Amino acid sequence: MAERELKKRPTTSREVTAAEGEAPATTERRDRLKAEIDDLLDEIDEVLESNAEEFVRNYVQKGGE
Amino acid sequence: MTKVCGIETEYGVQVYTTGGISPTTASSLLINAYVAELDRRVGWDFEDESPGRDARGDAREGSMPPDVETHLVNAVLTNGARYYVDHAHPEYSTPECSNALEVVVHDRAGELILRRSMEAANRLLPAGDEIVIYKNNSDGKGNSYGCHENYLLDRAVPFSRIVHELTPHLVSRQIYTGAGKIGEEVPHGGDVPPFQLSQRADFFEEEVGLETTLKRPIINTRDEPHADPHKYRRLHVIVGDANLAEIATFLKLGVTALVLAMIEDAFHASRDLRLAAPVAAIRSVSRDTTMRTTVELASGDTLTALELQWELYDLARKYTAERGFEALGNEDVARRVLDRWETVLQGLESDPQSLASQLDWVAKLRLVEAYRERHRLEWDDSRLAALDLQYHDLRPSKSLFARLAMERLTDDEEVARATVEPPATTRAYFRGRCLERFSSAIVAANWDSVLFDIGEDTLRRVPMMEPLRGTALHVDTLLEGCDTPAELLRRLGS
Repeated sequence: MAERELKKRPTTSREVTAAEGEAPATTERRDRLKAEIDDLLDEIDEVLESNAEEFVRNYVQKGGE
Repeated sequence: MTKVCGIETEYGVQVYTTGGISPTTASSLLINAYVAELDRRVGWDFEDESPGRDARGDAREGSMPPDVETHLVNAVLTNGARYYVDHAHPEYSTPECSNALEVVVHDRAGELILRRSMEAANRLLPAGDEIVIYKNNSDGKGNSYGCHENYLLDRAVPFSRIVHELTPHLVSRQIYTGAGKIGEEVPHGGDVPPFQLSQRADFFEEEVGLETTLKRPIINTRDEPHADPHKYRRLHVIVGDANLAEIATFLKLGVTALVLAMIEDAFHASRDLRLAAPVAAIRSVSRDTTMRTTVELASGDTLTALELQWELYDLARKYTAERGFEALGNEDVARRVLDRWETVLQGLESDPQSLASQLDWVAKLRLVEAYRERHRLEWDDSRLAALDLQYHDLRPSKSLFARLAMERLTDDEEVARATVEPPATTRAYFRGRCLERFSSAIVAANWDSVLFDIGEDTLRRVPMMEPLRGTALHVDTLLEGCDTPAELLRRLGS
């Protein structure tokens, strides 16, 4: 691993995980996101193409560019 | 040199008809239906097209210059854009822009034009038939179509320097430009990744080359400047994903323009960032959502994509502090690019999930993970593949992207305006305004000229070999003072 100056960036994800575990603020944000996404998933259940397998199988494109 | 730039997007097109029309016909129908509703149509002029020319010199053995399909639909719009059928896809090229924010506005305007085309075409089809458009880059079955960026560069910059210094950026920028994809389409040995950052990384097999449809290269050498060839190069970047997230498009264009400005001005990193194996690196970066995978540099060092981006970021801060913002078109926009770049890298470092409202791959991964958890699905379940595809659906009733509270840099009004009005800061302004004022006297137009027929024996071509001339500042007074195209030509002295 090359040496890298991290002076401007105080923490990396690795250090956070090792040193503090998950901060309470992060947990709170996660909960809020979870509530938001639950509503979204209800909506997706309604709009997602009903026969997913056929829908995905039929989506065939010619190459481009 | 100001980084004039723009995006060409090939959209996915799916036809649901009983009669069975080809994707090429469907693409023509889309464009014709849109243009018919505009009641104004000027064709594209192929005079100066030479996509087979290679930036390294003569065409290489085995290279296949793409065909130019002159028989297919090709239109130029009053916003300066080109809208046409490319192979079996509708393709939209934004007008030339002079900064990343302008590109975001015009890229969104392109989406709106495609959506309006879809609605106009579907009104012409029998009830029950439908054409649907997707802004993505692959069909999940190994077929890819592109989203290309273009940047104006000084011809004097040696191409080898562009290859060496831009490649590490193109490989590492996927961490914020990726549009996200479930699984893999080209096996590279090892386990199938559940999710990749990029839709496109699977399809790149070479470091440098002229092709765009097979053996795709990370650096494309197409040398077709559409401008004075002695002064300019147009770098054709084919490695990017089509983004829906505005922040992703903003960084894709803004940061790449910055990196290119540094390459042009020979503002080098203190360490050599050349990669040992770029093709392997682009794949491994795409296959890692944790930001921990390292890539090897030619020097033997190993860095993560994030660390590579931090290196470039530090260099860009130094570059703009020492050299200013001249190459970035607009100082305010360039400062916003730098600030956003920093916060996005910080977000990726501490918690990528925090960027779910800014980056496509994070937004999509969050949806996929949550849906998978709710319905207890395996990664290869077709419902997840459907969700992946439907993220990119342009129908407001079906688009999953449209349901997310994504951060915007534009507003609906300016995007709608950009479907008809050109950017004021490049030659696209002259092209667009001429079309708007004098379309009946314009036979054809292309990137570097407008061809007039004013009833004389010969057609009159107005060349536009300087991408930064013909702006509102240059030509507004002139255009306002001309009541007829003949007067315009007389005053232009052509």
